[in-house]
Amino acid sequence: MQHDEVIWQVINHNHCSFKARTQTQNFCRNAYNVTGLCNRSSCPLANSRYATIREHEGTLYLYMKSIERAHMPKDLWERVKLPRNYAKALEIIDKYLEFWPKFLVHKNKQRLTKMTQYLIRKRKLALKVREKLVTMPAKQVKREARREAKAEVAAVLDKAIEKELLQRLQSGTYGDIYNFPVKEYQEALDKEELLEEEEEEEEEEEPAVEYVEYEMEDEEDLEDFQTYTDKGEDVEDEFEGGHASDRSKPGKRSTSTWDEDVTDKIRKRKKKKAHVEIEYEGEPEELLQGAV
Amino acid sequence: MGKRNHLEHTEGRDQDEKGDEMSTKKPFPSYIKNKLIRSLQYAKLKTQKKNQKKIRRKERDAVEKQAVQLGEAAPPRRVPRTIENTREYDETVARPDDDELLAEDAVDEFSAHFNSEVTPQLLITSSRWCSTMTIKFIAELLRVIPNAHYYKRGSYEIKQIVKYARNRNFTAIIIIHDNRKEPNGMLIISLPDGPTAHFKLSNFVRSKKIKGHGKPTTHLPELILNNFTTRIGHRLGRMLASLFPRQPNFRGRRVVTFHNQRDFIFFRHHRYIFEEKEEASRSSNTNKGSEKKSKKSSKVKMIARLQECGPRFTLKLISLQHGTFDSKYGEYEWVHKADMDTSRRRFFI
Repeated sequence: MQHDEVIWQVINHNHCSFKARTQTQNFCRNAYNVTGLCNRSSCPLANSRYATIREHEGTLYLYMKSIERAHMPKDLWERVKLPRNYAKALEIIDKYLEFWPKFLVHKNKQRLTKMTQYLIRKRKLALKVREKLVTMPAKQVKREARREAKAEVAAVLDKAIEKELLQRLQSGTYGDIYNFPVKEYQEALDKEELLEEEEEEEEEEEPAVEYVEYEMEDEEDLEDFQTYTDKGEDVEDEFEGGHASDRSKPGKRSTSTWDEDVTDKIRKRKKKKAHVEIEYEGEPEELLQGAV
Repeated sequence: MGKRNHLEHTEGRDQDEKGDEMSTKKPFPSYIKNKLIRSLQYAKLKTQKKNQKKIRRKERDAVEKQAVQLGEAAPPRRVPRTIENTREYDETVARPDDDELLAEDAVDEFSAHFNSEVTPQLLITSSRWCSTMTIKFIAELLRVIPNAHYYKRGSYEIKQIVKYARNRNFTAIIIIHDNRKEPNGMLIISLPDGPTAHFKLSNFVRSKKIKGHGKPTTHLPELILNNFTTRIGHRLGRMLASLFPRQPNFRGRRVVTFHNQRDFIFFRHHRYIFEEKEEASRSSNTNKGSEKKSKKSSKVKMIARLQECGPRFTLKLISLQHGTFDSKYGEYEWVHKADMDTSRRRFFI
């Protein structure tokens, strides 16, 4: 005979192996529990009339038990497959639990919602590519590290590389980049140079033409000064910044006059501004590179 | 008393076995229970062994010297047994003149590269969440490998990346995995349909940490592939070679090495220079005659001086897959398994 009240008394006051106690409330571990809580109304053991939903390999089933089958544990639960369609499943729950306590109907519907959601999530995740974590057995890792260290010693890498390079040099991979032996090569070069010198001596000696860099530091300073005094007469010219613009009007310097004081000033500025000039020269190139 | 008894006992045993030899007078120090005495005995044994070795070597040298003086052929030097020369027989070790191999090379995935039909263009990326060290590793790779481009991984799957890279004519993808904030894995996918190799990456040393490291130029580096002997190794070598441009600029004197030793592939990056060095022979040192010395000095040998540029790292093959990356339905050409490690003389590359 079923005595729900007796069973509940035992479960509640003595012991239930499905009970999970926490500080705030008690939970139930029984797979047939519809809510997961440990209380009188949702205990699958202490209710002879009970319904729940369980998932079996991705499909949901409505489980129902009634007191008529309580003496036959084999046939205790009646199982109905729920369709994948949520609305249809709800209909079926309504149909089968028509005259059941409203609590169970409601909780079952809630459970159905929750389970359909997690099934959808599960299917979605299964399609997604996910990283697989692989174990690295410490023993194996250690062994490989040991073997690697020994292999590195055995490899004698520098020697091996050097050997290979020399082999390539001998086999002519590098073509005519290198001239070995160097000593002989140098001697040959010296001989050639001597010959050339002799030839040159034979030729008429012309005055050597030298190309000397234009001393622009002076000049720019001057220009600076000029612009300073003339209040921006040639500012744009200066910003073109090339030597060319300066070279185009060398006459200017000769014509301009200045006092000794001014020259002193210029000298001082020269010393100060030496770095600035160099920077100025480099800038346009950098800009160009940036643009490219 | 006990100790003395033991010693006497062991001595007695010695005399029974080899009474005449001094060296093996106490062959069983492990029988001695007193640790102090035992360790002393061990030390003694060790020095004896060492001395004997010294004597043997001296004798050998003397014989050799005599042979040289008499103008005879010196007795052949004994070759020490190493793991390399006692390696287990592998039938797939390829001979360079193997017709089958050459035929295969002509039609494999890398033939286009080796016929200079394509120029390598690399896409380098990391795992989905990577550490700073991995980024540094990638930066180093970008310095070493010409025409390599780093792309942020984002949340793309590898298959998506493969598709993307294939559409943009990349020839290979390199993906660096990390663990505990250190790079620990490298996946090389050859494109468009080349094999996929998965390596374990270890012992990464940044260039900065290498003592006396040099700064590499941007010349195209030349490549050294050492000891890729088996079929799998040959294929792997071709794969690694296909990451670098076919025509190196030799004037850059820059060399990238993949050296295989016992299935570990050591990566090194050097600058080199060829120099002549006078050969220091013994005779020139002994005879201090100026004439002879001058003669000797003319005898020079070539050396290649190396300066490491870094980085340094080691690869170990985990798997080689046919086709591009497919961990689910991919066909593996070679996979490392635990039972392959049972012998330390068995190698696959």
